[in-house]
Amino acid sequence: MNVCKPNLKAALSESLFERIPFDPEKSELTGYSNYSYWQSTFRTFFKKRSSVLLLTIMCAFVLMSLLYPMICEMIPGWETSYRNPNFAETGSATWNLAPCAEHLFGTDNIGRDMWSRTWYGTRTSLLLGFVIAFFDVTLGTIAGALWGYVRRIDRFMTELYNIVTNIPQTVYLVLFTYILRPSFWTIVLAMCLTGWLSIARFVRNRVVAIRENEYNIASQCLGTPLFRILIKNIVPYIVSIIIMEVALTIPYSIGSEVFLSYINLGLPLDVVSLGNLVSVGKNSFEVYPFQLIYPTIILSFVTVSFYIVGNRFADASDPRNHI
Amino acid sequence: MAKYIFKRTLQSLLSVFIVVFVVFLLLRLMPTDGYFTRDDYQNMSEAERQMYLVEIGAVGNPIKLFGEFMGKLFRGDLGESYVLQPHRAIADILAEKIPYSLAFGTVSMVLSLILGLLMGMAMAKGKGKWPDALGTGYVVIVRAVPSLIYLFLLQIAITGLFHIPMMFSERNPVTWILPTVSLSLSSIAWYAIWLRRFMVDEENRDYVKFARSKGMTDWKLMKRHVLRNALVPLAQYFPLQMLLTISGSLVIESLYSIPGMGGLLVEAIQEMDNSLVQVLVILYSALGVLGVFLGDILMVLLDPRIRLTDKKEG
Repeated sequence: MNVCKPNLKAALSESLFERIPFDPEKSELTGYSNYSYWQSTFRTFFKKRSSVLLLTIMCAFVLMSLLYPMICEMIPGWETSYRNPNFAETGSATWNLAPCAEHLFGTDNIGRDMWSRTWYGTRTSLLLGFVIAFFDVTLGTIAGALWGYVRRIDRFMTELYNIVTNIPQTVYLVLFTYILRPSFWTIVLAMCLTGWLSIARFVRNRVVAIRENEYNIASQCLGTPLFRILIKNIVPYIVSIIIMEVALTIPYSIGSEVFLSYINLGLPLDVVSLGNLVSVGKNSFEVYPFQLIYPTIILSFVTVSFYIVGNRFADASDPRNHI
Repeated sequence: MAKYIFKRTLQSLLSVFIVVFVVFLLLRLMPTDGYFTRDDYQNMSEAERQMYLVEIGAVGNPIKLFGEFMGKLFRGDLGESYVLQPHRAIADILAEKIPYSLAFGTVSMVLSLILGLLMGMAMAKGKGKWPDALGTGYVVIVRAVPSLIYLFLLQIAITGLFHIPMMFSERNPVTWILPTVSLSLSSIAWYAIWLRRFMVDEENRDYVKFARSKGMTDWKLMKRHVLRNALVPLAQYFPLQMLLTISGSLVIESLYSIPGMGGLLVEAIQEMDNSLVQVLVILYSALGVLGVFLGDILMVLLDPRIRLTDKKEG
């Protein structure tokens, strides 16, 4: 039934439309979306003002701890070193000074500047955190992806996980620092020995959940090699977990170093680390509280900003949170 | 189910056995000089030193020694400590120390369950509003700042503010409060953050939306549907945490000088008291395995959809 009036029909005549010549480039565009994973991740992340602020603080701390030891004139321990030309003058007069213009954070019990020690310590602790996070997460992700995807090794890995996690972590830490000499790499080794397994377990659980998806079966049917499936199909799904693990491992490692120093198993005392600063500061807290308070404030800023930025970035890197 | 429990028990025994064996071998890797104090080392002749090492089981065929150790263990003899408390039965030492850690641990677990779950519920209900922000702030501080620092500052601040003694004393109940609260701080955060997450996940499910559209009141919906489902993944860890309270907390027990289990393992390893280390490792790993096992069973009891026997195939 035609209800169109004749004049309308005339108005809708061909003259209103224009024929577009075939353009191969434009025809490609119909199936194209300008969605880019990393771009969306960053856009989602930077949308929150507080995230940007925290990221700035975090970068400032990292830069400060990296650059300060290069530009500062005071090397920790220099004031009391015999190579210092002013060595004869530096006596008990410079010990335990309260914060002042020359020593922003005061000095410690043998006159070393706390400000420079704090930044040296932050550098050591951050380095420790980064190294542990790197090994833990790299190993954990690879092992976890394999563990989840390859069924044959599931049984073995589960048993290994049960055995390793059943030994209290203190046992490893203490045993290792006793068998080997206490050093930077001893702590890294002892922490990574158990750390990678718990990350692998976490990754494995996520991989098991997406293992049976159709696109994986399709890839298998097409004969895609195992590692390509893992890297192209599986890993992008667990990027947010990986980022979160990195962000959580760094504060956790810094905290463990503080704990180890407290039970006298940390880094050697001549290495400046936040753990050593805290355990020395704790002993003199009653008399000189600033020796604990200032390094603690810096330490807390570093760990808290890493923790929050990591969580926010992990949220942003989850495709479900993209618009 | 019975078959599953039997199989699982055998597996657990095997993994405890392997754990203990590995630690047993690791202890034999330590340099033997560490068994002597400097004076002892100088005063003893080479033969005497060897005799002492054999006596404490530091040298010799590790397999044979391990067999002897396990044999004694099955007869209920835990052996005696050599260095920490010379010639005192380990069973005695444990009987003296465990009650402290157990008492503090149990009370603090109840406390942190109540507070943590309440906090998690409040955070999930007020998602995106001030309760959530406040709770998140607490969780971030507790989890990101090294525990030693905030526990120590808390101890100084609270004991100074209320003029109570800093150290734990058995006769003065006021000194019991602060260690218990300190012990709960991190587990409160743990329960709260996970309950919040599971509750938020559950609230987006269709059955919840359906129940709400039928006109079910919010409180009833929470209690009957959301909370019950959200608690299942958490409940898996209750038995483990309950059992591991025995091991105590190193930081808190040393801050308040509580004579509990906390520092015993570290001390035993530092002093190279091998017999004590072995017993403690057996104890902790057996409790760990048992805790995971009980957790799985508890989960089945709470959630009839979960079956252990099927899970193994998946």
